[in-house]
Amino acid sequence: MGLATRIIPCLDVNQGRVVKGVNFVNLRDAGDPVETAKEYGDQGADELCFLDITASSDDRDIILDVIERVAEQVFIPLTVGGGVRKVEDIRRLLNAGADKVSINTAAIGNPDLVAAASSRFGSQCIVVAIDARKGGTDGLWQVFSHGGRKATGIDAINWGQTMQEVGAGEILLTSMDRDGTKIGFDLALTSKMSQKLNIPIIASGGVGSVQDFIDGVKIGKADGLLAASVFHYGEIKIAEVKRSLFASGIEVRL
Amino acid sequence: MGLIVVVDYGMGNIRSVAKAIASVSKKENVIVSDDPLKIASADRVVFPGQGGMSDCLRELDSRGLRDAVIQAAQTKPFLGVCIGLQMLFDFSEESGGPCLEVFRGRVARFIDGAVSEGRKLKVPHMGWNNVQQVVYHPLWRGIPDNSRFYFVHSYFVKAEDETIVFGISKFPDKFHCALGKKNIFAVQFHPEKSQSVGLKLLSNFVQWDGEV
Repeated sequence: MGLATRIIPCLDVNQGRVVKGVNFVNLRDAGDPVETAKEYGDQGADELCFLDITASSDDRDIILDVIERVAEQVFIPLTVGGGVRKVEDIRRLLNAGADKVSINTAAIGNPDLVAAASSRFGSQCIVVAIDARKGGTDGLWQVFSHGGRKATGIDAINWGQTMQEVGAGEILLTSMDRDGTKIGFDLALTSKMSQKLNIPIIASGGVGSVQDFIDGVKIGKADGLLAASVFHYGEIKIAEVKRSLFASGIEVRL
Repeated sequence: MGLIVVVDYGMGNIRSVAKAIASVSKKENVIVSDDPLKIASADRVVFPGQGGMSDCLRELDSRGLRDAVIQAAQTKPFLGVCIGLQMLFDFSEESGGPCLEVFRGRVARFIDGAVSEGRKLKVPHMGWNNVQQVVYHPLWRGIPDNSRFYFVHSYFVKAEDETIVFGISKFPDKFHCALGKKNIFAVQFHPEKSQSVGLKLLSNFVQWDGEV
């Protein structure tokens, strides 16, 4: 009894199509975001995260239509990120049916955006995404922007605290070192962020096994766990993760 | 046939609520509206919302909807969701002032960083939590006790009158998360985001005659 740790599949969407091969045998069209989202909902996802990786700004409105269609059929919380730069972008995503909007690079260039967005829409729907990489001689984590390509020189933990102060309701914390490695979340980074902040932390990057999810909660102190490829390729099932978390004494929604 | 109006005062993801209700309605007409006349002519009214209490009350008043909402809460099946529950109370610590004064009690904030069983509790209280059905209500029909619903909020209500409490949740202390009186039922969680159990509650609301 009590608040459950959330399991959150992340879908990369490019020009309205889910990218990275989704390996669901029962889907007619694995690239269709609505079908994929429904499948994840049926599998027990607690929330869904859509990352719009559409490069061309001309095609950015396609995501609005995607979210609108998903929200008509999938009744769990939806977080949308990627290319969010203005308060107006956030308003349009929320109107389309997003419950939360994630801000990354734009928050670094313009921290006032987070303050303005949270005062206008409430901090509960403003997620700040932090891409962090361990670096430098001090052994600390540095924030990277532009999809992890650009070093900012900002300390990730301090940045998280600043974002909490200006009104972020949640931090989506991705370890760039671990992303795609399948050797587990960066537990030191995650637990440090989680202990310093009073808002929920979603751990992301590096998950490769069921044990990694358990460690993310028990050692990393994460409030939610995000994964992409292990779910997309069907390597791990959400139900399997939840059963194992439950068996380890962690609250989950079964 | 029946008209269900989801009150739109410009705050938050109102369309999700309407979409979820439409998905469980067979014959009803579900609309999102900021027109007091539409609210007055509705058979059922849903009062949702997100955001800060001061902003919500201001937006409600700027559209001239306060009286229409209070009137609906006195006369027809009425479902409050999240801020739509909190606004029904006397007083909010968030805005430091009165709300719609339909229910006696206050709206208070969770304590930041409280620790329970070795785990730090983060605010907003965000995610799926158990709801204990302390008293049966027609809107609980077919929903197992202690089902998990989706919550996202930093403030919670404290009713003075325990007889209006139908559901409680824990974070870490018990708080009132489902309240009702006559034709009103109001919840802190988001049924529109709580998958099958949430849709069941909305379906029960669509069929509810407003009697307890």
